[in-house]
Amino acid sequence: MTGMRTLTFDAVIVGGGGAGMRAALQLAQSGYNTAVITKVFPTRSHTVSAQGGITCAIASDDPNDDWRWHMYDTVKGSDYIGDQDAIEYMCSEGPQTVFELEHMGLPFSRTEKGRIYQRPFGGQSKDFGKGGQAARTCAAADRTGHALLHTLYQGNLKNNTAFLNEWYATDLVKNQDGAIVGVIAICIETGETVFVKSKATVFATGGAGRIYASTTNALINTGDGVGMALRAGFPVQDIEMWQFHPTGIYGAGTLVTEGCRGEGGYLINKDGERFMERYAPNAKDLAGRDVVARSMVLEILEGRGCGENGDHVMLKLDHLGEEVLNSKLPGILELSRTFAHVDPVKEPIPVVPTCHYMMGGIPTNVNGQALTQNEKGDDVIIPGLFAVGEVACVSVHGANRLGGNSLLDLVVFGRAAGKHIEEMLGQGLEQREASATDIEEAQNRLSKLNESSSGESVSTLRAELQNIMQNHFGVFRRGDFMQDGIQKLSALRERIANVHLDDKSLTFNTARIEALELENLFEVAEATAIAAEGRNESRGAHARDDFRERDDENWLCHSMYFPKEKRVGKRGVNFSPKTVDTFEPQVRSY
Amino acid sequence: MVMNVTNLGRSGLSDWIVQRFSAIILAAYSLCILASFVMNPDMDFETWSSIFDNNAMRLFSLITLLALCAHAWIGMWTISTDYMTSLQLGKSATFFRIMFQAGCVLLIAVYLLWGIQIFWGN
Amino acid sequence: MLVSIYRYNPDTDEKPVMQDVEVELPEDKDLMVLDVLALVKQQDSSVVYRRSCREGVCGSDGMNINGTNGLACITPMSTVVKPGGKLVLRPLPGLPVIRDLVVDMSIFYKQYEKIKPYLINDTAPPAIERLQSPEDRAKLDGLYECILCACCSTNCPSFWWNPDKFIGPAGLLQAYRFLADTRDTADNERLSELDDPFSVFRCRGIMNCVAVCPKGLNPTRAIGHIRSMLIEHGT
Repeated sequence: MTGMRTLTFDAVIVGGGGAGMRAALQLAQSGYNTAVITKVFPTRSHTVSAQGGITCAIASDDPNDDWRWHMYDTVKGSDYIGDQDAIEYMCSEGPQTVFELEHMGLPFSRTEKGRIYQRPFGGQSKDFGKGGQAARTCAAADRTGHALLHTLYQGNLKNNTAFLNEWYATDLVKNQDGAIVGVIAICIETGETVFVKSKATVFATGGAGRIYASTTNALINTGDGVGMALRAGFPVQDIEMWQFHPTGIYGAGTLVTEGCRGEGGYLINKDGERFMERYAPNAKDLAGRDVVARSMVLEILEGRGCGENGDHVMLKLDHLGEEVLNSKLPGILELSRTFAHVDPVKEPIPVVPTCHYMMGGIPTNVNGQALTQNEKGDDVIIPGLFAVGEVACVSVHGANRLGGNSLLDLVVFGRAAGKHIEEMLGQGLEQREASATDIEEAQNRLSKLNESSSGESVSTLRAELQNIMQNHFGVFRRGDFMQDGIQKLSALRERIANVHLDDKSLTFNTARIEALELENLFEVAEATAIAAEGRNESRGAHARDDFRERDDENWLCHSMYFPKEKRVGKRGVNFSPKTVDTFEPQVRSY
Repeated sequence: MVMNVTNLGRSGLSDWIVQRFSAIILAAYSLCILASFVMNPDMDFETWSSIFDNNAMRLFSLITLLALCAHAWIGMWTISTDYMTSLQLGKSATFFRIMFQAGCVLLIAVYLLWGIQIFWGN
Repeated sequence: MLVSIYRYNPDTDEKPVMQDVEVELPEDKDLMVLDVLALVKQQDSSVVYRRSCREGVCGSDGMNINGTNGLACITPMSTVVKPGGKLVLRPLPGLPVIRDLVVDMSIFYKQYEKIKPYLINDTAPPAIERLQSPEDRAKLDGLYECILCACCSTNCPSFWWNPDKFIGPAGLLQAYRFLADTRDTADNERLSELDDPFSVFRCRGIMNCVAVCPKGLNPTRAIGHIRSMLIEHGT
């Protein structure tokens, strides 16, 4: 396209959720020319839906709390493939990061002492698993994500960050040296395509829960960052690891927070039995999410599910009393009444494990710098590209994320990447250049879509994709079933490449955006499928019927999916934290 | 702080207070007049004008008249800035609004002077 | 089910029209209005609306549903359409339409930005969080939950007449959220900024904002509190 406008910034952040806005804030505060490209107005990002809180050892509930205990929980929760240097960084930097948010105005709930209120969440312990349940999740009622996202947006307003609201990044611009020079983006309102050029491009595009038919994720969670990275030929890590949240509202998919169980709620089967006592005698309903989700599915498979079809279980809250529910879980009352037609004050909520979080993503170091591997399998930094938040795989969540750790991940690594870019810019980071061909290449996909004249509709293809993923790559996985799914996906690739865009208008054309999103969904789905089929073991959220045990000998490592060859490789897990001893892999029980 | 519509330098708060305070005076005065009718069932011009021979009543009337003028001005100014804006009238809005407001000022001034003359004139 | 939708595409249309679309709905399920819109978009991909979280917390899909502003994603069909009736969808009133159900919200956001929607505290922060009692924190309940969906402000006649000068219920609710926060030290500056005949005082207590807020918040009450604070501030 000739005459395309170029906008130039020191740093451009793609995504206006928690991670993106925390990174932007860091850069804007130090006066760098920073832009946030976001496909929805920032406060509409999916961070807004986070409910329960942000887990962090601020020692409010327990004055003796220690970030090392949080680190232990996180390493164990990750089923030992979380990178220990990154987890160490997150847990130790966490308190400072949370205090900064509070100073910015985040309206945390409070204890009688006036400190931030902390509630118990799954997988939390004191004294390295020996001291019983901890309460470490800092909460603003059950609207922590909303409070956090609005606070960050407000902080950015204060610091004059440039927002390109309702702009959609379509692809990375990569030059001949393999460096990232910026992105191609569409201004949704006008339909104009622009080259947004920057010294540092930060992906904070969030997750891709929409690859599944049933998900707690917002409609906008279409894996745009992962899609762009894969199309640019970069690998993704641990992408087979998808968290199924135990308590999605049956039928609607909307989330009810783990905080419900933290406050004392519990799951029951059709006989009214608190079944988690059998599966996790100590932590019970506050075991790791993967453990609880699997237990629920087993209950259902063994005929103890609730309802006419016996296809869900119940979350009981009524014993907590109306007062507690009103003050601690007001949003849950609202959601249950709206989406489950149930009043939790009186009756239990029907729930079912629902796709919730992408543990995998673009591999990065603790500074947010995106990584790939050379032929020898060594890490290589991708010049100019950064990733933070759910799209990134630092990896602090490994094979299973603990509740409350995602908000912490967002702000800690958003801040870390911001700081690192700040430093690089301070040292005179130069703007790399792209040739006309490089830019044209990045526009190929968009041009092809704009020229499409026949083919199937986005909604049909998307539904098909989501059903394949739901049926073949769910809570329990099996080799032959997954191979079948991969076959179906490869048949779908061609059809999605030929998707038909019948509305070619410029102004606020959401049909075009949805078509572009569909291609990203597909990239994520295919990577998930191939990586899942490749990991011949059960670990964390990845549970296989045909390989029921964890295989530390072969798979105590990250998976790396390389899109060009559609190959699954391996990458070592970091077991070398700087200030504490390594947490050696142990049998994981709750 | 919105500064670009002239309101003769008053703050929103003072307008708001004047509006309510003047309303109280107007209500009190209305009651007072009503009471005089109730107490004088055979009201004729003699009685009526004797009521206004009392200086206290004249002063009260003057205060009420001033309150009425202030109340009317704030009210009319508000109405004009609600309904006579560029959203409704386009570019000529400011001209129309100022003309309207000038008309109001003039009318209010006439009533005020006329009222003073009635109460305090011979 | 008949759905009547406000259609306008500036690329092709001179004037907006109401278009009737027939949609088949499942009989056993009470869909949300947003679900119905998704079905419409399956038939005609050129129908345009905003949406994101689909659970009433992001504030994207504020629109006028059978005459009342609300969020499409948490408005069940049964509450807005009588059996045999039709669903009528229009963009939020009072803001310029970009296309179909999508309005230009810049002026709404500008009013929000005007009230300095961020905590101001010039004292040096402590090493931990600033302390706040649960009672003081409770003062923020009913204020901080706003999702900026604009259902209230676009339902307010005063905002219709003076969208550039009257902050509107959404912005004022947030103004009070910071005035009420014991950690904020800029009350005087904030109040001085609000003390003109438009920013706050165009509120006539019509309470249309309260009637439509999908989160059940009460901007009129917050405006009343601001007024009281202004009186104290002024005397």
